[in-house]
Amino acid sequence: METISFTSQLFQYLITGLTVGSVYAMVAVGFNIIYNVTEIINFAQGEFVMLGGLIMVFFHVGMALPLVLAFPATVILVTLVGILLDRLAISPIRQPSVLTLIIATIAASILIKGIAMFIWGKDPFDLPAFSGRNPITVMGAVIQPQYFWVIGFLIVVVIALSIFFDRTIIGKAMSACADNADAAKLVGINVKQMILLSFALSAAIGAVAGVTMTPISLMEYDRGAMLAVKGFGAAILGGLGSFPGAILGGLIMGAIESFGAGLVSSGYKDAFALIVLLAVLFFKPSGILGDIEISKIKRF
Amino acid sequence: MLQIAKLPIAIFAALIITFPWMAHQIPVIDHYADIMVFVGIYCLITIGLSLLMGYAGQISVGHAAFFGIGAYVSGILTTNYGLNPWICMIIAMLITAVIALLVGAPSLKLKGHYLAMATLAFGIIIFIIFNEEIEWTGGPDGMPGIPGLSLFGFKFDSVDKYYYLVWAFVLAAFIFTANIIQSDAGRALRAIHTSEPAASAMGVDIAKFKIIVFVYSAVLASLAGSLYAHYLNFINPSTFDLFFSIKLLIMIALGGMHNIWGAIIGALLITFLSYEWLHYFEEFEVIVYGAILLLVTIFLPNGLVGVPEMLKSWVRRKN
Repeated sequence: METISFTSQLFQYLITGLTVGSVYAMVAVGFNIIYNVTEIINFAQGEFVMLGGLIMVFFHVGMALPLVLAFPATVILVTLVGILLDRLAISPIRQPSVLTLIIATIAASILIKGIAMFIWGKDPFDLPAFSGRNPITVMGAVIQPQYFWVIGFLIVVVIALSIFFDRTIIGKAMSACADNADAAKLVGINVKQMILLSFALSAAIGAVAGVTMTPISLMEYDRGAMLAVKGFGAAILGGLGSFPGAILGGLIMGAIESFGAGLVSSGYKDAFALIVLLAVLFFKPSGILGDIEISKIKRF
Repeated sequence: MLQIAKLPIAIFAALIITFPWMAHQIPVIDHYADIMVFVGIYCLITIGLSLLMGYAGQISVGHAAFFGIGAYVSGILTTNYGLNPWICMIIAMLITAVIALLVGAPSLKLKGHYLAMATLAFGIIIFIIFNEEIEWTGGPDGMPGIPGLSLFGFKFDSVDKYYYLVWAFVLAAFIFTANIIQSDAGRALRAIHTSEPAASAMGVDIAKFKIIVFVYSAVLASLAGSLYAHYLNFINPSTFDLFFSIKLLIMIALGGMHNIWGAIIGALLITFLSYEWLHYFEEFEVIVYGAILLLVTIFLPNGLVGVPEMLKSWVRRKN
């Protein structure tokens, strides 16, 4: 057994942290899309990630579909779940208040979790890595090829979203809803459709996160809640509503968790991210890149 | 619903007093007195939560943690240090009050979703601590040997005796909370729920009121936890997980969060569902809970206590 030097160990934690952080960043982006359009925090955000992983296992392992087919099929299916979530749980609420909307997304989240347990059972599932499992050694740190896929897909998601919001009419309409829903309605934007679209988009990104992370950390039915809280922590850390903030928050969150688990205590691995979340809420609720003035305008 | 009628309280108290006797007459429901002890314990939590949600308009997804802190402080102090259980109960409530103040104060100054997420994160952290601090809590295996309760030599050592003890606490908490609702503070809380800017313009210190209600609800949950620990004589972390916090939420939503009676009805129904009627579903009961919560949120925004009002307005529209 060769001894690993302390620096390469630190490097290892950093790489692992950035990979996990990319997943949190994608969850955080999903939170922001829905929050910006509807001002709802979707507590079921983590369930999209869980469904992404498990549905991918069904298509890719169960039905032996090739990766290039299984991946988009999974994203489409989870997107449908996102649309159903809006249609069945959010839009039927007649007197929407922050309280009832939170409760509706919590209800949806345990419902989805229960159905996933019904379909897949309680055991975790593995997914073959996209390009094999032969690790690369850099500076003494062992890097799985899948790490690059996770980080790569975060970059793809970010680029695709910035093109969508800056260059397309629908994207601009969504941003308009985010700025001022009433004004958006006045200029003829169908706000209900934009809300539906925000759930669809956010579900799709959650699915991408789930599909890419499953080969590294497996996936089981009850992973959603923890992913949602950590993703929300990332969104808050970066500044709720800010997309660059979500990326930055996610990566920092992942790194803190990885260093915390490696250097302090692995039993408290899940607690570090949550402590960061509480600390941000207490000391700087606007986050790193958030704007406290904007958060005052928001209804909720 | 600012006025709380006295007659229903008297009828309810009479029902509660005679229930164990009635249950023992019918063999099939003989064990219902035992379940009613748990209903009482959960009622203590939901009464506080209903004040927080229905009257202050705030949501907590972490009350399982306060329930757990009460149970574990009582458990640790009585078994490891041999302290008097009643003193431990009070210490637990004080500790919970301080923790609730620390968690609640910063997030209640913010709007909307923040308390929900802060309490969710807090609840998970506390759950991890219960599992990890094995020296203190016994870890996932739990903590056996917690003594029962006695007062001036009278031992609460049977189901019926404990039943009356727990329900005496529930009645006290109910009346105390009802008095808060009917006082100036209650009006201030309703005002906060209706419109924060308006309440604040009328000189209501919004943040202060919300924090007081949050701490009060946490202390009640802690008391419930202590009573739970001394009744079962054994606790383990899984009782205090995130799902329990959500179950509390379902109790409040099902009963109706704008009415203190909703807290009682919700706790009663959900406890009997989970202890008696949902065995058939085994672990898939979570689907049932999710469906109940979603349907109630969409179709019964005021919970079961709001049903008579809904029917009345429906009949009026028909005519």
